[in-house]
Amino acid sequence: MSISTKTRQGALAGLAAALLAATAQAETIRWGAPRDIVSLDPYSYGDSYTINFLNHIYEGLVRYNRDLEIEPALATAWEIVSPTTWRFTLRKGVKFHDGSDFTAEDVLASLERVSDETSPLKGNLPAYQSATVVDDNTIDIELSGAYPLLLNDLTNIHIFDKGWLVANNAEKPTDVSAGVEGYATFNTNGTGPFQLESRTPEAQTVLAVNNNWWDEPAHNLTRIEFQPISSAATRVAALLSGEVDFVDSAPVQDLPRLAQAENLTILERTDLRTVMLGFNRREELVGGGENPMNDLRVRQAMQLAVDMDLIQDKVMRGKSRNAGALVAPSIPGYSEDLDTVAPFDPEKARALLEEAGYGDGFAFDFVCTNESYVNEEQFCQAIASMWSRVGLEPKLDIGPTAKQTPKRANGKADIYTIGWATLPMLDTYSILVQMLHSKEGNSGVFNWGGWSYPELDKLTQSAAVELDREARLDMENKALRIAKDEIIMMPLHQQPMAWAVSRDFSDFPQFPDNKPRMWYVTK
Amino acid sequence: MLAFIIKRLANAVFVMLSVTFLAFVIFTAVGDPVDQMLNEQATQEQRDELRERLGLEAPFLVQYSKFVARAATGDFGISFRNQQDVLAMIGERFPATFELVLVATFISLVVGVPMGVITAIRRQTWYAEAMQFTSIIGVSLPSFVVGIGLILIFSVWLGWFPAFGRGETVDLGWWSTGLLTHSGRMSIVLPALSLSLFQITLVMRLVRAEMLEVLRSDFIKFARARGVPARRLHFSHALRNCLMPVVTMTAMQVGGLIAFALVTETVFQWPGMGLLFIQAVTFVDVPIMAAYLCIVALIFVVLNTIVDMAYAVIDPRLKGADA
Amino acid sequence: MTDQADRKVLSRTEAFFDSDLWWSFKAHKSAVGAAIVLALVIVAAFCAPVLSPQDPYDLAALELWNAELPPIWMEGGQMPYLLGTDVQGRDILSGILYGTRISIVIGVASVVVSLFVGIGLGLMAGYYGGWIDNVLMRVGDVLLSIPIVLVAILVSSVAQQFLPPAWREAGVAAVLVLAIAMYSWVQYARVVRAQTMVERRKEYVQASRLVGTPARRLMLKHILPNTLTPIFVAATLNFGLAILIEATLSFLGVGMPPNQPSLGTLIRVGNQYLFSGSWWIVLFPSIQLCILVVAVNMLGDWLRDALNPKLR
Repeated sequence: MSISTKTRQGALAGLAAALLAATAQAETIRWGAPRDIVSLDPYSYGDSYTINFLNHIYEGLVRYNRDLEIEPALATAWEIVSPTTWRFTLRKGVKFHDGSDFTAEDVLASLERVSDETSPLKGNLPAYQSATVVDDNTIDIELSGAYPLLLNDLTNIHIFDKGWLVANNAEKPTDVSAGVEGYATFNTNGTGPFQLESRTPEAQTVLAVNNNWWDEPAHNLTRIEFQPISSAATRVAALLSGEVDFVDSAPVQDLPRLAQAENLTILERTDLRTVMLGFNRREELVGGGENPMNDLRVRQAMQLAVDMDLIQDKVMRGKSRNAGALVAPSIPGYSEDLDTVAPFDPEKARALLEEAGYGDGFAFDFVCTNESYVNEEQFCQAIASMWSRVGLEPKLDIGPTAKQTPKRANGKADIYTIGWATLPMLDTYSILVQMLHSKEGNSGVFNWGGWSYPELDKLTQSAAVELDREARLDMENKALRIAKDEIIMMPLHQQPMAWAVSRDFSDFPQFPDNKPRMWYVTK
Repeated sequence: MLAFIIKRLANAVFVMLSVTFLAFVIFTAVGDPVDQMLNEQATQEQRDELRERLGLEAPFLVQYSKFVARAATGDFGISFRNQQDVLAMIGERFPATFELVLVATFISLVVGVPMGVITAIRRQTWYAEAMQFTSIIGVSLPSFVVGIGLILIFSVWLGWFPAFGRGETVDLGWWSTGLLTHSGRMSIVLPALSLSLFQITLVMRLVRAEMLEVLRSDFIKFARARGVPARRLHFSHALRNCLMPVVTMTAMQVGGLIAFALVTETVFQWPGMGLLFIQAVTFVDVPIMAAYLCIVALIFVVLNTIVDMAYAVIDPRLKGADA
Repeated sequence: MTDQADRKVLSRTEAFFDSDLWWSFKAHKSAVGAAIVLALVIVAAFCAPVLSPQDPYDLAALELWNAELPPIWMEGGQMPYLLGTDVQGRDILSGILYGTRISIVIGVASVVVSLFVGIGLGLMAGYYGGWIDNVLMRVGDVLLSIPIVLVAILVSSVAQQFLPPAWREAGVAAVLVLAIAMYSWVQYARVVRAQTMVERRKEYVQASRLVGTPARRLMLKHILPNTLTPIFVAATLNFGLAILIEATLSFLGVGMPPNQPSLGTLIRVGNQYLFSGSWWIVLFPSIQLCILVVAVNMLGDWLRDALNPKLR
């Protein structure tokens, strides 16, 4: 009896081992994405979706771990030598996919490439001045001033192999205006957990596991098949029929249907991205005439007129998180007392409009895109409808991002939608300097309404050079308070993010920045 | 004859020049690629500088003449978004669209010709009437509605065919084909069917009209009088006589199908030229849009010119006529 | 004088009911059926403000809390939303009626515009000949060598870019009309031009030329009746085509905006809710669109056969 049990166990173990071996050979994930990556060159285009995908192939000096905390990657240690100089000690024994060694020269070449005059990504490393190779495994990075967020920026600066860049004449970023293709647009040579097998743009990109990765893999995938399926309905159909294993933006309205499917697991949470509305604050409205939105009472009325709970319930299917602050709770600089959602009070809204002298309402342009944020077309219509109910006359203008952005950026929009996740910095400073600061120099690039709050500007500037974390976060928090009291932006919600993945996968971590990281996935 | 050919060719060149002009005029106006190309953290200076480097600040005519000169050599520049050679990108997708159009045309002939013959020779029967009626529905249903319906029924409910994409493809040199693999053949069924619906109706109607005409003609009457059996009369004599117009119409329709495939490709996520174009419209990828328009017009013009010339060779009456 | 004119009109009406056309129409059950359906659809669409429980274009009338109600015969259905509501709480039936009205208006307007342009330019080309003829016909060639879907996508996406905000709402429909008309005028122009050229060589024209009085009016009288049949048939079929093109553009997202939905827009938006269980958002507008186009095409088809002397 005991013998037979043993044999049976042995046979089972053998079978299991055989099965494991068989499956280990081809742990493929078929990824149905809402859009394609734009290039294989991480420095070609300021596109965070592409940069994240390429993070499977390329790596930075530091990276975010499973809890989105910064941890060593290609650099093992770093110290601040002087306020403007950081010294990085590099990991030894790392090899690129083509077998060449990783050294400080590679880091230097990459930093020079990303900060080149023609690089579309140089804004991602704003404080970078220069770098000096100390020895093969040490490099000094020189900054333009004291800058606390260097590590955050470096998570998204992927490291190339210098020899490979030189050999293929790709030391400079691809210059679209020159009309020539770049070698790095079609070819890769990184240090990451996966390496490129093939790519047909807008059709399929295939990655194979890198067996010589320096790190102990936390995943067991051997192959990633990435295919863009831009139509949401088709994406859902493909998922239901088992043609893809994973979808990284499942439409919220289809979640109940997907949850019923036996072969699928739904992963959902709220995104770090806060979706908000911006106001035109110039003297005149786009359609002409005095701009009522310069009156705080009007902005308050517009906020009170919108029933965010109803939108959350009906449009966002209860999946969004209504926001009172301009940043999500996990972003440094946030505090709970900022996060109070304005109550829905149409009576008071009408009264405030009356008081401000706009009891009969006024007409204005409301510019939305149709694909930037979750169910944007729907919530924009709902908000426009609610504003009409208090007597305002929103002229809704919905279109693709490429057509709407010039309108928004050139002051041709009275109200516009914008989402901000503070990526890749993951700090309130990002929204302060990029959006809320007055438009001057490198600041306020996304200050599309043209406002100016000197006190907020001052707080932002002091936060930029404050190396003490607590003091800096305090300044950032104060700046957010000003933005809230003045309703510079009207926060709507942190949008939901939903991934749907086949039950075949046992471990599939979801991240609040909505970036799938396959090197943590187990099938 | 030579004069006619030269005239026809000159005409084709003129049409192509106008199309490039149209393409250029329209696309300089469509939108601003700069904001798409830079990321959230780029500064105003960087934006202005990129605009300058892309030549978006140059005078209109300068931009246009540069465009035509390069387009003539097949150089449409590189895509703003994908940073790849535009012609190569379109070339990469051409096989997908072409196979889709080919299969759709095949379906339309296989289904349309017999239907046309039956409706012509059995004019008063209930099934001919039924086919006539169905054909009107075929020409009236919007192809996106048909596509959505097919996906819902055959991939989601029945699970017979894939809902999207092209399946596995095999590379034959520069041509990639999906027709050699099982998944590729399964994938093409639904999109080709939805694209062919309109075409089936066209073929059927043309065959019917031509058949009616031929059947009334004297030579058929003579043949009938001579006692040629009806079946042979219909299929061998009459049908053969109306195949020429069917073939020419099918050839001329290929250009239209290639363009119309963009709707089908959008619904089925078929990785062809049309899908590329629609995505380019969304992303304001000017070089791709311009190149696509020019290439589709070129296919159109080339097919039409060839058909015209073939007619001139076959039908001498047209030789001196003004096209 | 007036008496005579009246009699003439009367006899024309009589002549119509006695004509082959009328008999052929009465004999074709499908044509009669299509005409009845079409008449019903058109009347319903133009009585939309009276018939429909809600103005789907009035943002203030939308009730978000009534979003995605199913049709009345299903559990959870509510009066007055007979066919249910969409995700904005927009009544589907009202949306369909108003949407059909947009489709019909765009269809008719584009046919009328292209008729005017086509006949006018066709006359000019045929009458003057020479370089005017050459330029006009070459322009026509160019337009016909770009497939209509492309022309329409290009025109509407460009034009929408340039519309001033105040004009945008009315402008989109106008742009669609222009985009469709820009393509279809060529057909009419070619027919009219050919007939004009035939007419121009006739003796009375030559004679009046010699006398020095232009024979334009006289010619018009001769040309138009001769071209009426093919133009009429083409116009009917183009009307159906225009409705389809509008729906396709709206489906692709370059047509009517979601806050002013046409049938195509309703289908595009509804398509996003196909798997969430709200099938009625996409199904009913699709059915209506198909009914409308099938009816128009059946009439056009019958008309073509009835007016084609060879098929009598």
